[in-house]
Amino acid sequence: MGILEVQNVNKHFGGLHALNNVNLSVEEGTVHAIIGPNGAGKSTFLNCLIGKLKPDTGTVLFQGNPVLGKKPHEINQMGISRVFQTPEIFTDLTVFENVMIPCFAKRDGSFELNALKRVRREADIREKAEQMLLDVNMQDKIHVEAASLSRGDKRRLEMAMCLAQDPKLLLLDEPTAGMARADTNNTIDLLKHIGETRNITKVIIEHDMHVVFSLATKISVLAQGAIIAEDIPDNIKGHPKVREAYLGEAEV
Amino acid sequence: MLKLKNNDTALFLAFCVMVLAGPIILAPLGAGYPDLLQRFAIFGIFAVGYNILFGLTGYLSFGHAAFLGVGSYSAVWMFKLLSMNIIPGIILAVILSGIFALLIGFITLRRSGIYFSILTLAFAQMSYSLAYSVLTPITNGETGLQIHLADPRILDTKSTDGSLPSTNLFGLEMNDTWRTTLFGMDLQFNVGFYVSAILLILCFYLSIRIFRSPFGLMLRAVKTNQNRLMYTGVNTKPYLLTAFVISGMYAGLAGGLLAAMDPLAGAERMQWTESGTVVLMTILGGTGTLLGPVFGAGAIKYFENIFSKVNDSVLAGWFNFMPDWMTDTMVFLLGPFFGKGWHLTLGLVFMAVVIFLPGGLMEGASKIANLFGKRKNKGSVDSTGTPAE
Repeated sequence: MGILEVQNVNKHFGGLHALNNVNLSVEEGTVHAIIGPNGAGKSTFLNCLIGKLKPDTGTVLFQGNPVLGKKPHEINQMGISRVFQTPEIFTDLTVFENVMIPCFAKRDGSFELNALKRVRREADIREKAEQMLLDVNMQDKIHVEAASLSRGDKRRLEMAMCLAQDPKLLLLDEPTAGMARADTNNTIDLLKHIGETRNITKVIIEHDMHVVFSLATKISVLAQGAIIAEDIPDNIKGHPKVREAYLGEAEV
Repeated sequence: MLKLKNNDTALFLAFCVMVLAGPIILAPLGAGYPDLLQRFAIFGIFAVGYNILFGLTGYLSFGHAAFLGVGSYSAVWMFKLLSMNIIPGIILAVILSGIFALLIGFITLRRSGIYFSILTLAFAQMSYSLAYSVLTPITNGETGLQIHLADPRILDTKSTDGSLPSTNLFGLEMNDTWRTTLFGMDLQFNVGFYVSAILLILCFYLSIRIFRSPFGLMLRAVKTNQNRLMYTGVNTKPYLLTAFVISGMYAGLAGGLLAAMDPLAGAERMQWTESGTVVLMTILGGTGTLLGPVFGAGAIKYFENIFSKVNDSVLAGWFNFMPDWMTDTMVFLLGPFFGKGWHLTLGLVFMAVVIFLPGGLMEGASKIANLFGKRKNKGSVDSTGTPAE
């Protein structure tokens, strides 16, 4: 059984059958990409995993525990972190504070009344946050206000925030959307680097085939709310159903 | 402000000196009398507490006057039943307003943004109406709650001279004042002010600690991106509720102190205008800054008490060096801005601050400090030959 088991998930938006009996099994330690044309239901699927949307039917098990119906912070505390399509960071805070917050969330849980402790005396948290920023190569921007970062740096910061929690599963929603080729390659390198040093299972939703084939160990193809193919990257390239779904839209 | 961040101790010590020397600093401004000094300190506490909620989390409560009222009523009841010593009154004020804030916060924090503001406003107005009518047995309705000679006061010895006892702290009466003259200025050192001032200093210290704590960091994170915080495994509700209760308790303490200085409590203390005032104080001084709310409270109370006392004849006095017709014109032109028209001036000042100094008076202060700082730095470049950092 995989680390993440999705069984018979259905989701309707009015008359639209956004997710049609989706089944998916993600093996531990793999990089599982979910691709598909626009409107295939990729984002809906991811939102169901993190508790933002509630599917009509079906179950999602993470390490054997049900995920559906739980609140976002509870799902995160189970070990699932998410990187958003547009980087979601704390823009008014410094880069360092941005990374300290997930460190606190990891150590203290979802709530702790630590109103009389001092942030500057939390040596273990500060050390860990510094290490994370070193990992994503942002140690020189430690006291910069996050709002003033470039798009690529915001992405790296968000990645550092997710890694600070030592997640077991990392969900990435189009991590390179709207990026220049150089930034995209940096992100690919960063994700590979993360994979080398930590045992984190990743689920990536992506448009960019370059990214998908650089990273994925397994690919599922979603079209019109249903999984139409699932295989290793080499076999997906020539899959007739996949070609049909994309109608030659991308050079697969 | 960055400098102050690294140097909270210096900031705190400067604050202590400023507050404790209040009667001397404010005497030349005509604000050195006990009644007004007490108000500076008490509304300082109110605003510092409000800033913990609004400044850190960005949740704009329009109902904090309700906690001020609860604090006043509970304190007066203690003066009636237990003792004229202010300690039990103030303790009950803080506890009851805390419980009240927990109830209101639990319901109103289900929503955010404008809906939260409207809900808190609704609750405060409800409390005001209840205090005014239905709850008359507790609040004495329109007349307001007062102390009487016949009240039990089980801990105190009955007074025999037939005059109402005054509030005290182990015998030190709140309205005791020691007067002296310095360089022709009349200085008044009042017990009630110093009791409030010491509590203000304690409250300010607690607020610094909260600002610099992991808890404070989470509250600031709520303000910038509550969504990300939830997907980072943090349950934002209890953080918000705690901040709401803490600021409610600050308001309760302020309400209790108001009653301790003048032992009566009326429903008008719960009205929305009072809630609005604390919002103005915080924004005017600088939302989210440590010192700002105290300055904001001071500025507004100063306007309310000093500006409002300047009437046409005082104005005429200022301009009597001019020919008569000019004096009359000046009084005619400026009259609407003084005396009863002080709200007009306050409104203009508030608009100017919000438009030109969105960070409030504190932003103004740091701009001025930067101006001087730059000059100093330029000087150091010349003398050492290396650019200053």
